[in-house]
Amino acid sequence: SSNEHKLNFKKSKEACLSYIQDALLQKQWKRAAEFLTCYVESLEKDYSREHIGPSEMIWRIGTEILWHHSQNRMKEFNCFMEQMKTLGVKRYLKVCLEHVFHLLCNGQIDEAYQNLSLAESWRFGEQTAIQDKEIKLIQAYRGLLDYCSWSKQKKILLEHGEDGFADLAVEQEMHGYFRKAAVNLKEIIKIPGVWDIFVKCYVDLLEFYGEHNEARQVLNEYAYNSKFPANPNAHVYLYQFLKRQGESKKSLISVLKILHDIVPSHELMIDFNTMLQKSKKRKKRQLGLEVIFAALDYAAWKENAKAWSCLARQVKQIVISEKHLDWIKQGWNSRKDWWPDFHFSHYLAKRNWQENKNLSYEKALVAGILLGKDCKYFKYVSHQGCKARLKRFRMLKKFVTRHNLVYLRIFG
Amino acid sequence: RDFNERCAQCSEVNWGLTDGGRFYCRSCHNVTERTREVVNTDFITNSRVQTISKGLKKQEKTDGGCEWYICEGFQLVLKKQVEALEALGVCPQMKDEILCNFWRCYLQKSKQAYCKRPAGETVKALSVCESSTDVDSDPERPSVLHLLSLSESEGDLQTDCSFASSVSKVSESTSVYSGSVDGSLYLMKNQKEKLRMTMPMTLSFCYLALLWVREPITLSELLRFVVEGHIPYMNVFQHFPEKMKLCGLDLKIFCVESWPVYEEVFNKMHELAAFLDLPRFPDITESCFLHPDMLCMKYLMEANLPDELHNWTCRVVKKTGIGEVDFLTLMPGNKSTRKVKYDVLAAAVIVVVLKLLFLLDDHYEWLLSEFAEERNKNNTEDKMCLFYSGGPYFEFKKWYEVVKRSLDVEQKKLDEEKAKYLWRCEKPLFYSVKNKSKVLKRRQMVVNLQNQFGKLSGSVQRAEKPNPSSFQLSWSEENTDGSCFHGHSLKGVLQEKWGLLTAMNPDYWLCTVKLCNEKLCGHLAHYREVEFPQSYHFVLGLFSFLLRIQPSYIHDEVCMIEHRLFNKKLCKKLKYNTVLRK
Repeated sequence: SSNEHKLNFKKSKEACLSYIQDALLQKQWKRAAEFLTCYVESLEKDYSREHIGPSEMIWRIGTEILWHHSQNRMKEFNCFMEQMKTLGVKRYLKVCLEHVFHLLCNGQIDEAYQNLSLAESWRFGEQTAIQDKEIKLIQAYRGLLDYCSWSKQKKILLEHGEDGFADLAVEQEMHGYFRKAAVNLKEIIKIPGVWDIFVKCYVDLLEFYGEHNEARQVLNEYAYNSKFPANPNAHVYLYQFLKRQGESKKSLISVLKILHDIVPSHELMIDFNTMLQKSKKRKKRQLGLEVIFAALDYAAWKENAKAWSCLARQVKQIVISEKHLDWIKQGWNSRKDWWPDFHFSHYLAKRNWQENKNLSYEKALVAGILLGKDCKYFKYVSHQGCKARLKRFRMLKKFVTRHNLVYLRIFG
Repeated sequence: RDFNERCAQCSEVNWGLTDGGRFYCRSCHNVTERTREVVNTDFITNSRVQTISKGLKKQEKTDGGCEWYICEGFQLVLKKQVEALEALGVCPQMKDEILCNFWRCYLQKSKQAYCKRPAGETVKALSVCESSTDVDSDPERPSVLHLLSLSESEGDLQTDCSFASSVSKVSESTSVYSGSVDGSLYLMKNQKEKLRMTMPMTLSFCYLALLWVREPITLSELLRFVVEGHIPYMNVFQHFPEKMKLCGLDLKIFCVESWPVYEEVFNKMHELAAFLDLPRFPDITESCFLHPDMLCMKYLMEANLPDELHNWTCRVVKKTGIGEVDFLTLMPGNKSTRKVKYDVLAAAVIVVVLKLLFLLDDHYEWLLSEFAEERNKNNTEDKMCLFYSGGPYFEFKKWYEVVKRSLDVEQKKLDEEKAKYLWRCEKPLFYSVKNKSKVLKRRQMVVNLQNQFGKLSGSVQRAEKPNPSSFQLSWSEENTDGSCFHGHSLKGVLQEKWGLLTAMNPDYWLCTVKLCNEKLCGHLAHYREVEFPQSYHFVLGLFSFLLRIQPSYIHDEVCMIEHRLFNKKLCKKLKYNTVLRK
């Protein structure tokens, strides 16, 4: 006879675990706790072959339950975390780190700092070398908290400065935090990874103390070093820094170009387009058109009047000058099959008109040029606009009608 | 009990015996130095077995333990189990006369082989060195490390690396890897011929004794009582006396981490009966609880089926001859008779009867049900009619709904119970002295966590286990919601033909046309491989829940009964015999 149905310890605990999982998913914390109480005896069995052992399960599940169920009782939570730290040497630092996160979420900055310091000084034979990454993270977060302290001191100093008081003690403290923070933050960002917050803070420190070259280097590394994972934010930070530094349009554009390649729907695309439109170089202006077209491909931009105004302005300008009509044609080619339904439906015409006249104006302009004066969107909006005796809509109607021949020429 | 001296402290003559075999005064608890050689009245006077009792008297070790043998442990287990059975109402003769004798017999029969090599010698040879270069040791005897990899229990020992490493450092006595004297010897494979004692076998012993006195407990009930905790099994070793230190390989023997399986206990029981050379058991007659007529009545009640069905079960039993004394009574060692599972048999009879009357092909039974529903509706308008006809027409549909609902609830409860079961007990288990502190630390942590999360869940510490009851599902006729079907009538499915009541249903489908060879493939038929009607699955599922066994076993019995019932027709291969195809 087969023993598959035989109920044994392992099967019983597996079933227990699935009940816990269900309870967690349905946020039934009490029920999850009930089953967890029955599960904990798994600790007394050896699961060295399993991928995730009971000690890790208990740590993760217990954390969830305690966090949600007894939010006011941090003491219990902390006590539990301390127990979990003793459960597995290989996981010690990870547990410490997650504990710190919870403390931070609960606003207990000082306790978090203490825990970080404690964890940093932990030594356990060869484990210390194996868990090198976790140590770096812990140091980085401590650096982050040092940065927060530095920030606070800076604020105090500035306020005092306004009042005319110079406070040496505060200044000294501030510098002290700077040194501590800088050391750790610098270390972590050397390792390839996504360190947005560390980078931001570090650059902030560097800028304050006038270390612009170092800051620029850091940001360049972060954005361009191929070892680091592709991260749009890296480019944003670099762009913002360069802008603050008053760099040339050329360098700003080159940074934003990469951002456009990675995230065509990024909010900076408006700035990018604006910059490009003003450029004297033809290629740049063409790029600008591409950029704004690409941004409006995304649903998040559908109702963004500013974006539409950028596109409208550029398209209008091209039509009036009758130069580079092929740019419009090129941009429209891949979109003519779906933009009409996506942006210029009758339903949207009504809605846009009701909700945002500016939006409907800009869109109508674009629609009129791209789809001709007979398209539903333009017809509806211009009709409504004229009915409401709004001057600009009358002007719009005239403009589009006048340039309808151009439309036919492009798309005929 | 023939110690008549007065107590030194209180001058009373009121003596008792400690586990260590010393006399103590019951009034003032003064312990004397006087010991008795044979402590347990259960021990027999067989001279060969005297060596066991000597174990208690031997020098006590420094850690307060004494030398003890595995069979002593099992003896204690059996004692506890039979005491629990007594508490449940089983007659006391079972303990003092029956089980005792069986056990003695077993010890005799199995010890006979032991005496070829005195136990102590072989054990020593094993302990000196686990490498196979030892000339004295039998080259066929597996090394201790191999012993560790025997996969009988759930392999906790095989993964305990610290234990394995400690073995290689052993050079002295066996107490390091088993608390008992003969722990390692016990686990050696070549003991198979002697029917080595295991924890599931203790239940086989119990059942054997129960069967001998024909107690009204079926094997499935016994096993259910074990799972519900009324009969010690899982952590029974925690009741061993302090002096009997359990560690190392003992754990593999006494700490089972799985619930006993019906088949295993049942088969072992038969092996045991043959091994002990027992004579024919007391007859199972019609008035016996284990007779299918009686058991069917019980299961019909529990399944909430009409009492009228009992006539039919009796008819089937008679026709197939499974109610015969010779069929039912156990004759140990007789290979030609089929081993009878009384509970499964009775359940199968009911299933066959249901198939006879309702066909259970996912169509006919619902048709009959509609018909009955109509009749009932008409009758409620005429109350007098109901009164005379003795109960409403039995509606399969209603029955299905009511029973399914209860079954689902109970099944859900059972599943949760299984998931919440606590396997470990207070007594910590160490494989070796080395990992004792680690084990204790873990235990402490587990207790802490249990307290912490137990408080959170707001649950009171495990409620008292429910009183053992023979019925898992109960239906009361007093319920006005009509959820009890005992008194319902089968009028709707029966008709009179030539003065006899027969089923309206003319058809029957066989579960299988050909029975398999049980010895070759383990089953008479294969439940999973063929698709059966949902109603059939449901009915099997119901009894599977009640008996706590896999539906395939009931299916086997159903096939067996069907083949007996339709034996003649099968031989003639008449047109009624078709296997249902979807």
